[in-house]
Amino acid sequence: MRRDAKFGLALLLTPLLLWLSLLIFIPHIDLFLVSLRERVGVGKYDISLANYLTFINEPLYMWTFLRTAVMSVVATVITLLIAFPVSYYIAKMVKGRTQSALFLLCLVPFWVSELVRTFGWMILLRETGIISNLLQSVGLASGPVEMLYNDAAIMVGLVYTSMLFMVVPLVTTLESLADEVVEAGYDLGGNGLSVLREIIIPHAMPGIVSGCIVVFMLCLGNYLTPTMLGGKESLWFTELIYSQFIVRFNWELGAAFGFLLLILSSVIVWGMLRLTGQSLEKTMG
Amino acid sequence: MTPDLHCTDLTKRFDDTTAVDNVSFSVPPGSFFSILGPSGCGKTTIMRMIAGFLEPTSGDIQIKGKSVLNVPPNKRPVNMVFQHLALFPMMNIEANIGYGLRRAGLPKEEITRKVGEALERIGLPGIGHRKVDELSGGQKQRVAIARCMVLEPDVLLLDEPLGALDLKLRERMKVELKSLQAAFDTTFVYITHDQSEALVMSDNIAVMNEGRFEQMGSARDLYYRPDTAFVAGFVGDSNRWNGRVTKQNGDHVEVQTSSGLTLRGATHQRALSIGDQADAFVRPEAIRIAHNATELASFDNRISGHVTSLLFNGAASRVLVQGAEGGEEVEVNLPQSGEFASLTKGAEVHIGWSSDQANCFAGGV
Amino acid sequence: MIPSIPQSKFLTVSYAAYVTLFFVFLALPLIVVAGFAFNDSQFPSLPWEGFTWNWFFGSERPMIGVFHERSILRAIGTSVFVALCVSALSICVGLSNAFLFNRYKFRGQSILYVLMLLPLVIPGIVLGISILVSTSRVANGLWDGFGWDVEALRPGLWLVVLGQFSFITTIATLVIGARLQKFDRTLEEAALNLGASRMAAIGTITLPYLAPAMIGAFVVAFLMSFENFNTTLMLVGSDAPLTIAMFDRLKEGSTPLLNAVSLLLMVGSSCLALLMIAFQKR
Repeated sequence: MRRDAKFGLALLLTPLLLWLSLLIFIPHIDLFLVSLRERVGVGKYDISLANYLTFINEPLYMWTFLRTAVMSVVATVITLLIAFPVSYYIAKMVKGRTQSALFLLCLVPFWVSELVRTFGWMILLRETGIISNLLQSVGLASGPVEMLYNDAAIMVGLVYTSMLFMVVPLVTTLESLADEVVEAGYDLGGNGLSVLREIIIPHAMPGIVSGCIVVFMLCLGNYLTPTMLGGKESLWFTELIYSQFIVRFNWELGAAFGFLLLILSSVIVWGMLRLTGQSLEKTMG
Repeated sequence: MTPDLHCTDLTKRFDDTTAVDNVSFSVPPGSFFSILGPSGCGKTTIMRMIAGFLEPTSGDIQIKGKSVLNVPPNKRPVNMVFQHLALFPMMNIEANIGYGLRRAGLPKEEITRKVGEALERIGLPGIGHRKVDELSGGQKQRVAIARCMVLEPDVLLLDEPLGALDLKLRERMKVELKSLQAAFDTTFVYITHDQSEALVMSDNIAVMNEGRFEQMGSARDLYYRPDTAFVAGFVGDSNRWNGRVTKQNGDHVEVQTSSGLTLRGATHQRALSIGDQADAFVRPEAIRIAHNATELASFDNRISGHVTSLLFNGAASRVLVQGAEGGEEVEVNLPQSGEFASLTKGAEVHIGWSSDQANCFAGGV
Repeated sequence: MIPSIPQSKFLTVSYAAYVTLFFVFLALPLIVVAGFAFNDSQFPSLPWEGFTWNWFFGSERPMIGVFHERSILRAIGTSVFVALCVSALSICVGLSNAFLFNRYKFRGQSILYVLMLLPLVIPGIVLGISILVSTSRVANGLWDGFGWDVEALRPGLWLVVLGQFSFITTIATLVIGARLQKFDRTLEEAALNLGASRMAAIGTITLPYLAPAMIGAFVVAFLMSFENFNTTLMLVGSDAPLTIAMFDRLKEGSTPLLNAVSLLLMVGSSCLALLMIAFQKR
């Protein structure tokens, strides 16, 4: 390699390495180390697995962890099921201006803060909200109906917030499916269902995987939606992390929780990539 | 014998344009039928109507004597080789060829057997487990045909499938397609804008322009006896003159061109009378070239002039000759027998052709 | 099913109805938020008490409008400041990364590329706490060792900037990298051939070509930073950016003031996004 090329490489590598090491790797190692500390006296710490043992032995923590994971998976699946027909419609059923207009409309909610979106659902769902009033005026309910502060409300919020991240990759991959290929499927005797199963879905797989990964990640790490839309009983794992860090100031336990969340998300993302034979570069980049 | 495919007064209108205008034709069993026309002439529309992807505005399509208008594409006894082949990239070759058989609900062993046979037949045994993008252009072509042929369709539609191939391969595939058609003994309906594809392969050709069939016939008919000026101009190369009819004697006419040239031509029963605007077409190979004017005494059209360009192209070499009395340059085939080997630019030459070879049509301006 | 495959009327109509319903679902919360910004009432809920601009321009209690509410205005200022810092930083590093991955081949490149993507799959809240833990360790170390109190390493705006920068850079890299991938290298060679130096070639040919992607990345980074919540929540100090300030108010109970702020946010970000699209089209 020529000398100035080597110099250029070093010059461009520096910001990347600084960024990744100072803001990603070292902090996560620190986080891991803190999670291994046990406070034995004032300002005195031992290395132990005490924080992780607390997590395992306290049913509330374990339960919240599992609940968060399961509900995130469910939210991802629902998002996929709702988004797929819509994405297909945008990608293949309409053309030209209508297509770009519809696609743009899907992006609009993303331009607005998640807080605003959640606020919107609160106005809709709460006891004095629009839907409650609507039900009363139609005569379907005799008094105010509270639809906020339960798991269903969380689910609505999560699905809504995640929708865009499913629609965009799906539309992109489905658009690249040539009409001709779908027509060939029919021409050779396929019907709607078999074409969907054997041609459309396999083609859309990279989009489905990357959409699912992003949506799952966003659900798992969401704090706002479960806090605002969920009830007292519906704890989310991120709320535990927040309360350990900010309210109780127990950083050691909070760090352990954070690390567990990271492991959970990594395992599921990795598993999903493995299962479908995709790679992170291909689905994200 | 009922034709395999029969279209009656087929018409397709999109909003304000008529893509296919009252077209009727029938294709006898086992023959190779081509629709030849420039892009946008409506040939793809006809094909998509036969396959079931477009609904005709009016008219009827019959396959083996039965109307298929109300049959959805997946139930029609026709299959299609798409322009870009549309092989399924998510499946291997075996799964691609077996796709239609699986849809028909055949048992597994039979599918495997039939797919094997088809691969054998297209000369690619043992590639069943490869992926689509591992094949060469020509191999993909054959797989796309095999994928249709395993279903034993009454009619196979081919939508310019050679368009994406390079020239050499295209030449080879022309011959191969023709022999595949003979081997499968199936009716092929082929659309193309490439006249040589149509001429080489087809039993019958329809030349299409602006939604109508200009002429239907064998390759020989189209080439030597074009019905219309469009066909004469579209099929094969021609020298073309435009002028006014000044004399008429039965089938023979004299045409005076705007540049002052007088041409003698034949109408071959086409209506043309004195005073009409006319187009005259003469093929370069119908023109004789000579060093000496006396050699051309038998021809009733003769021009003397000089060579303006030598267009060397092996056996298909030509020269452009500029007549001494003005007029357009004339393209003439150059015999490769050696007597013109020393011909150079600017050389004096004489050219001539018989009036029977000059097809005259009532023409535009 | 695509338009060229005949389908039953019923199926076509119900499909279109489903898509319409989807867009209603998408629009509903936003419309509701926007609508109640004009309700002449203390609560953003029915009944409708009449139309008012007071939640924007009102200056007297109990209806103080956005433009007279000091704390909200300050929070907007903070958010803009943070977003500008984050966008500028991440565009610079993103540009450098894009060139690195596009122009050089070196050992470990593909691994480094995967590592570069990682911030996208780390939950935002985990990013937040890890940076919080790490910086306070350094800050404590500096205090214990040298007696220096480094304010920038304590929760506050600088940490928020760092936290947001840590994952928005990946997005900037991807956006700019995608365009650089499409760049025809022979254009640069032509510039060199015509006498430009390597730097001049990049400056006059490559960077102008990348400009739409850089503007796009800037807008995306700005919006992402502006509406970021999770990472910011863990790193914020006394100066709260808008999302955090609104969150704190929302917890105490909502007034149409929040609707008014939200509407302004919608209008603002839509304008930015449209601006970006217009730029990309050109």
